[in-house]
Amino acid sequence: MKTRTFSAMVPAVLLIAAAVAAQPVRVENLEAQDSPNDAGGAVELRWSLSDGTDFPDSITVLRESPDGGMEVVGTKPGVSTGDVDTGLENGREYSYLVRVHRGGEVAAELGPVSAVPAAQWLHTERWGMLVILIILAGFILYFIEQGKKGRELYIREIAGLTAVDDAVGRATEMGRPVLYVPGIMDMDNIQTIASMVILGRVAARTAKFGSPLLVPVSKSVVLSVSQEVVKESYLEAGRPDAYQSDNIFYLTDDQFGYAAGVDGIMVRERPAAIFLLGTFYAESLILAETGRSVGAIQIAGTAMPSQLPFFIAACDYTLIGEELFAASAYLSREPKLLGSLKGQDVAKLFFIAVIIVGVLAFTLGDFWEPANEVADFIRLLTHVE
Amino acid sequence: MKKLLERIGNVDRRVIFVLMALAVIVPLALKLTMEMPVGEGPSYELYEYIDQLPADSRVLMSFDYDPSTKPELQPMARALVAHMLGSDLNIVAMALWPQGATLGQEILSGVSDSLGAEQYEDWVNMGYKTGGQVLIVRLGTSIEAAFPTDLENVPYGEIPMLSDVSTLRDFDLVVTLSAGDPGIPAWVMIASDRFGVPVGGGCTAVSAPQFYPYLQQRDGERPQMEGLLGGLRGAADYETLIERPGLAAAGMSAQSIAHLVIMVFIVIGNITFFATGRKKRTKGGGR
Amino acid sequence: MRLYVPLAITFVAGMIMILQFFIPHQPFPMLGDGVQDWYVIVASSAIFLGILNLLRVHVKKIRLRKRHWQYSPVTIVGFLTMFVSGVAWGVTEETPFYYLFNQMVVPMGATMFSLLAFFVASAAFRAFRASNWRATLLLASAFLVMLGRVPIGDIIWRWIPGAAESSHPYLVSEIAEWIMQFPNMAGQRAILIGAAMGVVATSLRMIFGIERSYLGGAD
Repeated sequence: MKTRTFSAMVPAVLLIAAAVAAQPVRVENLEAQDSPNDAGGAVELRWSLSDGTDFPDSITVLRESPDGGMEVVGTKPGVSTGDVDTGLENGREYSYLVRVHRGGEVAAELGPVSAVPAAQWLHTERWGMLVILIILAGFILYFIEQGKKGRELYIREIAGLTAVDDAVGRATEMGRPVLYVPGIMDMDNIQTIASMVILGRVAARTAKFGSPLLVPVSKSVVLSVSQEVVKESYLEAGRPDAYQSDNIFYLTDDQFGYAAGVDGIMVRERPAAIFLLGTFYAESLILAETGRSVGAIQIAGTAMPSQLPFFIAACDYTLIGEELFAASAYLSREPKLLGSLKGQDVAKLFFIAVIIVGVLAFTLGDFWEPANEVADFIRLLTHVE
Repeated sequence: MKKLLERIGNVDRRVIFVLMALAVIVPLALKLTMEMPVGEGPSYELYEYIDQLPADSRVLMSFDYDPSTKPELQPMARALVAHMLGSDLNIVAMALWPQGATLGQEILSGVSDSLGAEQYEDWVNMGYKTGGQVLIVRLGTSIEAAFPTDLENVPYGEIPMLSDVSTLRDFDLVVTLSAGDPGIPAWVMIASDRFGVPVGGGCTAVSAPQFYPYLQQRDGERPQMEGLLGGLRGAADYETLIERPGLAAAGMSAQSIAHLVIMVFIVIGNITFFATGRKKRTKGGGR
Repeated sequence: MRLYVPLAITFVAGMIMILQFFIPHQPFPMLGDGVQDWYVIVASSAIFLGILNLLRVHVKKIRLRKRHWQYSPVTIVGFLTMFVSGVAWGVTEETPFYYLFNQMVVPMGATMFSLLAFFVASAAFRAFRASNWRATLLLASAFLVMLGRVPIGDIIWRWIPGAAESSHPYLVSEIAEWIMQFPNMAGQRAILIGAAMGVVATSLRMIFGIERSYLGGAD
C-alpha cells in the first residue's frame, strides 16, 4: 500500500514543492542524561525538531563501543524526538552521536554527548503518592489501635448488610438454596477478594441455618479460594458434615457463557436469596433481572459505577462502591476491622478537604496570585507518573 | 378504566420483550436510515488525533473484547483500522482477551485486503497473552519478551516493521477496544500515565460513562485519553467521519426506535403508577 | 502454622509490590517482576483445576442421576468437542475449532448479551417512577440522554421551526453530552474515589493480616 499511495502522492508533492519549497526539518538541541526513576542501565537521549514540513527519513542513534568505534543502537522514524538506550552498565560513561538521514545519505550529525547511567532509590514523581499512602495508612492504623483499646466506634447502618441474615433465614424457611455469585473477575481483582471475605460470613450463616449454598464461579483460582473459604466457615461453625464441595463449582471463563450458566441455575434451583457481590460488567442486569423473576431476595454490591444503576433497579439491596469493602467489618463487628473502617473514613474526610482546598485555590488563582502556589503544591502532591 | 390501567401496569414482561424485539428488527429489516450529525466530542477527538499523525507513525492496537460484544466493537475496529491503514500508519495488533486475537485478525486481514496493505509491512498481529495489566507493564520494558512470535508464529526478529520497535514507548498511540477488564483502565494507568504513550479507545455504550474522566484536559497537559468511541454511536460517528458508512450507521436507526420504545414504556409505567393511586411500591430499587 | 504461612506470604508479596512502586533501585523491580510473573504462571496453570472440577461435577451428576442430570452430557460433549478440535487441528483460521467458535460460541455469546436490551426495557418500565422530585429529575435526565445518544433526538429538535438555524442545531445531543460530562462524571468520581479508598484500606488490612476471614475464621 505504501508504494501505491506514495506514487499517487508524488505529483501532489511535486506541485507543492514547486509552489513553496518544502522547508526541511532540522534536528537540534541534542541532550543525553541518565534515564530518571529507573533501576539504572539506561540513558535517555532527547532532541528537538525545528519547524518545517519535510521530515528526515530516519534518525539513527550511535554509541561509542569499548573498542572506540561507533555502533548503531537505535533507528527512529524521522518524526521522533528521542530514544532510550538500555542494557548499559551503571556508573560508566557512554557517549552518543545522532545521525540524520535524508535520501539515503547522512544529512547531519549531532554530538557527541555523554551520560552516566545510575539507579535511583526513590521515584521522584511518586513521592506525593507515598505521602498520601502514609497519611491513609496512618489514620487506619491509629483507629485500629483505638478499636483494640475498646473505644466505641460508630458506623452507620448499611441496609444491604443488615438484610444478610434475613435473606439466609428466608431461604431456610422456604427450604430453598442460597446462591452466591462472586463476579466474573479473577483473584487479582480486589472486588473479588472483598467478595470472598463476605462469602466467608455468608457461609457461616448458611452453615448455622442449614440451607444449601451454591457458588458458581468463572475463574479457576476463585474456585479454589471459594472452596477453602466456605469449608473453613463450615468448620468454624462446627458443621463440617454439611459442607458440600460440589456446590461450589466452575462454569466457564467466558463472560456470557457464565451469565447463561448462572441464569440457568436460578431458573432450575429457584434460590430464595441471591448474592451478587464482586466485579460485574454487562451481565449484571441479565443476572439481576433473572433473579428477580424467580422471586429471590437479591443483595448486590459492586464498585463498578456503570453497573450500579442496573443493580439498584433490579435488586432489593445494593452495596455501592466502598460499602462492598466495608462489608466484612460491618458483618463481623470485630473492633480491629471496625477501626480500619473508621480510619478510612477519617482519611476520606481529609482528602475531601484537600480536594475542596485545591479546587478553591485553583479557582481563586485567577484573581489572587498566591492561591496558585497552594494549587500547585496540591497538584505536586497528587501527581503520579 | 382503572382496572385496565392496573392490567397494563402489571403486564407480563414477555409482552415488553416482544415489542422491544420488533422495535429493533423492523428498522433493520426495512433498512431505515437516518442522517447522522457528528458534532465535537470524544469520537471527533479520536478521529482528529489519528488523522494528524504523520505517515509511518506506529499505533499499538489492542483487541480487548470477545464475540459477545462484537456487534458494538467490531464496527469500531473496522472503521479505525480502515482509517489508520488508509493514512499509512503502521499497526501492531495484540489482545488482552483470548478471543480478541482472532477477532482482530478478521478485521486486519479484511481491511488490509481491500486497501492493498501488506502484512508485516503495514500491520502485524502479535496475538493474545495472558496477564492483563501485568502484561502491559512488561511491554514497557520489552515487547519481544512478551510476544516472541506473532499470531502465525513468525519470530519477532523476522518481522520487518518491528525491527526498530522494542518497548511500548516506541509507539505514537495505543488504541484499545475494550469490553471490560483488562481494558481501558489498564492501558490508561500503565501506557498513558506510566509510560507517557497517548491512549485512545472504544468501549461498549454501558461502560462509556466511567471513562469520561479520562478525557478531561487541563491547559498545556495531555488528557489521559485522546478520544473515546462509546458503543454503536461512537462506531457510527467514526464511520461517518471517515466517510465509510457501515453496520454501525445502520444500527443507529434501530437503536433510535428502541430508545423511543423504552421511553414509551416508562411513560405508560408512570401513567398507570399515578392513575392506580401510587400505592403499590415496587420491590426493587430499595437500598 | 496453617494461618501464619499464608499471612506471611501475603505480607511479603504485598510489601514487595508497594516498595517496587516507590523504589526503582534493584532488587525491587526484579522482585516485583518476579511476583507478577508468578501470578501469571499460577493463574494459567489453575485453568486445569477449573476443567477438572467441571468434569468431576458433571460426571458425578450423571452417575448419581441427580436432578437435572440431563443437561450434564450436553456440557461434557460441548467441552470435549471444542477441546479435541482445538488440540487436533489447532485454533487458527479455517480449522474446525475456528468454525465452531465463529458459528456457535459467537452467536450464543451475542444472544446472551442482547438479552440486555429486553431486560433494560422491563427494568425501566418497572423502576423508573416519578414518585418524588429526585426520581423525577432522574427520569427527565434519562429521557434526555436516551434521546441525545441516538440521531433521533436531534432530528426531533430540528423539526421545531427555526431550531436547525439556531446557534444550537444539535441541542439534544449537547444536553445529553453535558449531563454525561458534568453531573454524571461528578457522581462517578465520587463513587470511584470512595471505592479507591476502600481498595487501599482492604489491601492494607490484608497485607497487615487484620483481615483474615478469607483464610477461614475471623480470629
